[in-house]
Amino acid sequence: MPLLTVTDLRTHFHTRNGVYRAVDGVSFHVERGETLGVVGESGSGKSVTCYTIMGLVPQPPGRIESGSVVFDGVDLLRCSPKVARSVRGKRVSMIFQDPMTSLNPYLRISEQVIEPLLIHGNVSRKDALGRALAMMEAVGINDAAHRIHFYPHEFSGGMRQRVMIAMALITRPELLIADEPTTALDVTVQAQILELIRRLQHELGMAVIYVTHDLGVVAGLCDRVQVMYAGRIVERADAHALFRSPLHPYTRALQRSIPSLQPKGRELFTIPGLPPDVSKLLPGCAFAPRCGFADDACNGAVPELAEAAPGHSHACIRMRAGEIDRDA
Amino acid sequence: MPDEPPRAVPENILELRDVRTHFPIHRGFLVKRQTGAVRAVDGVTLSVRQGEVLGLVGESGCGKSTLARTILHLIPATSGAVILNGRNLGQASRTQLLACRRDLQMVFQDPYASLNPRMTVRAMLAEPLLAHRICGKKDVQGRVDELMRIVGLAPRFARKYPHEFSGGQRQRIAIARALALRPKIIVADEPVSALDVSIQAQILNLLSHLCREMHLALIFIAHDLSVVRHISDRVAVMYLGKIVELGPAEDVIDRPRHPYTRALVSAIPVPDPEVERARQRIVLQGDPPSPINPPPGCAFHPRCPYAIARCREAVPPLVPCGPSREAACIRLDELP
Repeated sequence: MPLLTVTDLRTHFHTRNGVYRAVDGVSFHVERGETLGVVGESGSGKSVTCYTIMGLVPQPPGRIESGSVVFDGVDLLRCSPKVARSVRGKRVSMIFQDPMTSLNPYLRISEQVIEPLLIHGNVSRKDALGRALAMMEAVGINDAAHRIHFYPHEFSGGMRQRVMIAMALITRPELLIADEPTTALDVTVQAQILELIRRLQHELGMAVIYVTHDLGVVAGLCDRVQVMYAGRIVERADAHALFRSPLHPYTRALQRSIPSLQPKGRELFTIPGLPPDVSKLLPGCAFAPRCGFADDACNGAVPELAEAAPGHSHACIRMRAGEIDRDA
Repeated sequence: MPDEPPRAVPENILELRDVRTHFPIHRGFLVKRQTGAVRAVDGVTLSVRQGEVLGLVGESGCGKSTLARTILHLIPATSGAVILNGRNLGQASRTQLLACRRDLQMVFQDPYASLNPRMTVRAMLAEPLLAHRICGKKDVQGRVDELMRIVGLAPRFARKYPHEFSGGQRQRIAIARALALRPKIIVADEPVSALDVSIQAQILNLLSHLCREMHLALIFIAHDLSVVRHISDRVAVMYLGKIVELGPAEDVIDRPRHPYTRALVSAIPVPDPEVERARQRIVLQGDPPSPINPPPGCAFHPRCPYAIARCREAVPPLVPCGPSREAACIRLDELP
């Protein structure tokens, strides 16, 4: 049985300007110990998916319209709050994009790192501090015994993200959700953090959902990758297949827009138009208005994600009908 | 661009001579004493030719943005000279400075913060035209429409406010505003970092198109080396207030010489699983040191895998290494 199974998840936001379908029918699973990459542009629903799993969607305006999030046999959306709390923050933890705003500036690092242990771990403060210290060392903070008593502002961005990781991992979770943890950091620090996540994952044997917009990060880190567009998954495959033979036109376009893969001096390939407004979704494929392969059939119905090869699914009706050259 | 024929006598439109920008640190409540200085920019010598795109890269805190603001004279240089078209901005009078500002414009990183939310696009684009008396009230409308067309926005959007636009469109407005005075040089501080990949490419295409068409020099500041490699003619790598490597963009990024540039290049994730998993990465330890008291000698030596005792002794100067390339490392010839 997979560690996490998300089925037909729909998280909508009801605002004065209409209903924003941030996540609109997403299903996926995560096996124990594996790394799943979630790629998409801003507004594609990748963060809201994570927030829904963690129960962090503010309701209202958010509303979980349908679906289930089953973690190790427990449906987190339907179980009692007490049961959900015993899973979230203990067996599933999350690290956020912005290490500058996700730590409490009024509390010492030590207080913040041991908080999950005091809530979930049933340990004394002294033992908790000992484990916090070991964790701080594990995430590569030098002189941890001294610096654990610092306040967040005394740390640099990379160090704060390490503190966030230490805080997330101190309960030894089985699943770590990392929502763009390196986007706000420099490339050199990003390399350090990725290395760290890889190492700790190996040591603790946890599964990771890694959300990013950077295809480069996904290539090095993830076993499987799913690409999101307008609140839906448009393609899912193992990392090698996704980079070698992307099938959905959006994945292909995304890959072609990476500057380092394009000859210098030439115009960069761009996806025409803008990402769709998720409050005014079209009856058909959300990517059709920007897609070079779209025809009338694409505007008919929302295409379902279906398997094209073992472990490789996509949601493009023209690709499935064989109307698009697979190697083009 | 590489395939273009060489231009007749490339003229240096902007020159920086040993520019230093330090921020004093004061201690004491009643009697303030200066106890030190943040050496944000610490001895930068650089020249930009007409129509050239110069990429400026480095980690956050290395002084890229301070250098940009120093070039625009938004922060006056502590010492050294910023020379625009033969005129030293530090010694220019207010009127002269105002005239110089026409030639020198800036595009900021965050298109959400750099546009006034209470001004329509038209008001924003008309303001510099009227302030500098480029055109009278009657001709403003025509020029605003033209600017919007240049950056790929329909003139009918002129009555809208910034919040009605997406990030990419806002950055187009910011670029149009910078172009309003027909500058000779634009300083763009991380203009695409806040944008999505697909929108990034559109803005990059627009910038390089404008540079070619209008013969505009561009100082392009970014931390994304692959973007810089694509758009720039030359690239300068900064570390702790100093330039450590300078040369043609492709050359520097494909064959870096300075150990810091090597580490920076090796940290970029490659969007290919096989290459990415096979390659050896130089992972730098720790964070860049504080610019308040930089390490003695080469500022990079505490993190450098090739550092030896001699690196602590003196600050290495930028020395030529190969065709139109310079690097600041005393061990260049000894490195593998």
